[in-house]
Amino acid sequence: MEKKEHIISILVYNKPDVLARIAGTLGGKGYNIESLCVNTTTQYEISKIVMTSIGNQTTISRIESQLQRLVDVISVDDLTNVESVHREMILVRLNLAEDKKEQIKKAVDVNHWKVIVSNDNYVILEITGDKAQIDLALARLEPLGIVDITRTGLVALELKS
Amino acid sequence: MKLKGSQILLKMLEEEKVDIIFGYPGGSVLDIYDQLYKSKIKHILVRHEQGAVHAADGYARATGKVGVCLVTSGPGATNTVTGIATANMDSIPIVVFTGQVPTGLIGNDAFQESDITGITRPCTKHNFLVRSVEELASTIKEAFHIARSGRPGPVLVDLPKNVMAAETEYDPATIKIRNYDVFHKSAPKKMAQVLEMLSHAKKPLIMTGGGVILGKAAAELTAIARKYQIPVTGTLMGLGSFPGTDPLWLGMLGMHGTFYANMAVSHCDFLLAVGVRFDDRVTGTIETFATNAQIVQIDIDPSSINRNVVVELPIIGETKATLKDLIKFLAEHNYTPSSSERKEWMQQIADWREKVPLTYCQNEKIIKPQYVIETLHKITKGDIIVTTEVGQNQMWTAQFFHFDKPNSFISSGGLGTMGYGLPAAIGVKCAFPDKQVVDIAGDGSIQMNIQELATAAQYNIAVKIVLLNNGFLGMVRQWQELFYEKRYSFTDMTYAPDFVKLAEAYGIVGLRATKPQEVESTLRQGLSIDKPVLMDFQVSREECVYPMVRPGESISEMELGTREMIN
Ligand SMILES: Cc1ncc(C[n+]2csc(CCOP(=O)(O)OP(=O)(O)O)c2C)c(N)n1
Ligand SMILES: [Mg+2]
Repeated sequence: MEKKEHIISILVYNKPDVLARIAGTLGGKGYNIESLCVNTTTQYEISKIVMTSIGNQTTISRIESQLQRLVDVISVDDLTNVESVHREMILVRLNLAEDKKEQIKKAVDVNHWKVIVSNDNYVILEITGDKAQIDLALARLEPLGIVDITRTGLVALELKS
Repeated sequence: MKLKGSQILLKMLEEEKVDIIFGYPGGSVLDIYDQLYKSKIKHILVRHEQGAVHAADGYARATGKVGVCLVTSGPGATNTVTGIATANMDSIPIVVFTGQVPTGLIGNDAFQESDITGITRPCTKHNFLVRSVEELASTIKEAFHIARSGRPGPVLVDLPKNVMAAETEYDPATIKIRNYDVFHKSAPKKMAQVLEMLSHAKKPLIMTGGGVILGKAAAELTAIARKYQIPVTGTLMGLGSFPGTDPLWLGMLGMHGTFYANMAVSHCDFLLAVGVRFDDRVTGTIETFATNAQIVQIDIDPSSINRNVVVELPIIGETKATLKDLIKFLAEHNYTPSSSERKEWMQQIADWREKVPLTYCQNEKIIKPQYVIETLHKITKGDIIVTTEVGQNQMWTAQFFHFDKPNSFISSGGLGTMGYGLPAAIGVKCAFPDKQVVDIAGDGSIQMNIQELATAAQYNIAVKIVLLNNGFLGMVRQWQELFYEKRYSFTDMTYAPDFVKLAEAYGIVGLRATKPQEVESTLRQGLSIDKPVLMDFQVSREECVYPMVRPGESISEMELGTREMIN
């Protein structure tokens, strides 16, 4: 069976150790979490977790049913096969070294990157997009000299429910 | 009404109709024990916290109710882990209350602090740390509800000392919790598919498991099998869910299953698997398991389905309600199996049964362990509750004691915990004081929780221990004999106490049999005494459990032991 990345959206009760339970359940059974995003929903008692995991359909179904067994899990949905939008975000710091300054300014303009901090020494950029867009941005940033970077896990939302 | 946390705990236990607690006190639970002192709930003081959990587990398995234990923080709590993991593997509803250091000290490596919710997260169905007295009552209610609903399991509730001392308003009528019950939905399309498959099946077979006992569905399963004359095999956990003395019963399947059960599974063309999870001890190599069959699997837990064996038709639901639907559907659609085809299949099974019956070599000089179990079955007519330890004693019990009723065979299946049988028997006997309760034990296992003899003695809990004393960690020795050229590395247990004297030292009765002629009289005598009794049967030392499927082999390939037992 074909292995691919699956996006799993989980609604949970916002309990102190719910994340430990989810991570423990998957880790303990040998399933890997590739990326993870957690926050509360419009209701404080309920959180949404979006995680990605690589596996074939059988593995993913097992992950889903293992998660469904947890008492604090409300619902588990595999968004991979439904129409949904996906975003990740990176924050990057680039040093404004003399020989790179012009190049960086040009790249920021051309790519419409959002500058959130800028001073004499460095800039911090905020870039969002789907996985491909982020990967492309990273390729373009690479020659400019990335000093530090943070990349979020993927978030996703189904188009219609 | 304002009450202290410790008072609320006891009130809630009364609300949950708890009549007995198995426990062991300590610093963090002093307030609770002070309340127990005045309470009408019975408390059994065990001698080790592991014993408390097994006793609560035995009580739960025998009654179908939630078993309860109470222990202190730190080492008291960590001592429960094996018991909790045992209950978790077999989906047994228990609630374990652990003391905890005051909330202000949690995380400080305080004296007798342990992160017991962290430690037991992977081996409980759920657990709670109660952070304030306000959430205590609802947490307890939720704990009991979670333990018994859906696929049951152990729930741990960690109780910090200051939460037990704090006060709050208590009104049981206002406690609200989430509901975790699964609601039964009928699935007529699936029933039609079952009918379709069954109509084409020439060699149907039913496989019954622990889920049938937990789901109280034995009557329904038995009705289907008998009405349509479908032979039945079962897993270790399923023993008792179909009458072991019924001609349709083929015995257990799997690693130590009967020849005919394993052959039937390997040759059947339709397999109705109810309340099973296809453990590797049952299936042998997955690739060769029931390859000729279309499999229908009924289970309450979606995660049990397609985990090991991929099935044609999964039906997720309560075993009882689903089997009821199936009975109705088959009757409404006038399913009638072809009697000639059914005859042929039954004949085939009868031939297998005749070729390799379940048997052993009798011996005039030395006691055979199987003979002890057979004799126990004969003189009690099977009408007792049996617990077991783990090892050969457990497998011979499964093979040679024919369990007719659910909840009468009580054994650690999934985890295989040595030391389970004695404390579990104590729990069972507390639930059914008038019933004969027998722990069929091994000499290795019994020493793992031997201290519970003191518990039995103190409360005169008249459990009977049938010790199959082979002076070996027999099951491990068997593997060494078969797979390691008889290099018996650290499995000789001849250095053991004199069990009769030990029994007497604990204040219970000890009996011994060394010859086959003494077996029946010893059993009769032991069973007739209204006190705890340990019967030490000195059995043949190097007996093996057969049939045996080598690990990693197909279950149709069995070692059958000495040829003389094969007709
Ligand atoms: C707590 C624990 N430790 C180790 C084992 C591994 N083990 C399985 S069976 C067995 C031997 C049991 O010996 P005994 O109780 O004398 O039973 P017998 O097989 O001789 O009937 C051992 C050591 C186990 N199941 N549980
Ligand atoms: Mg032994």
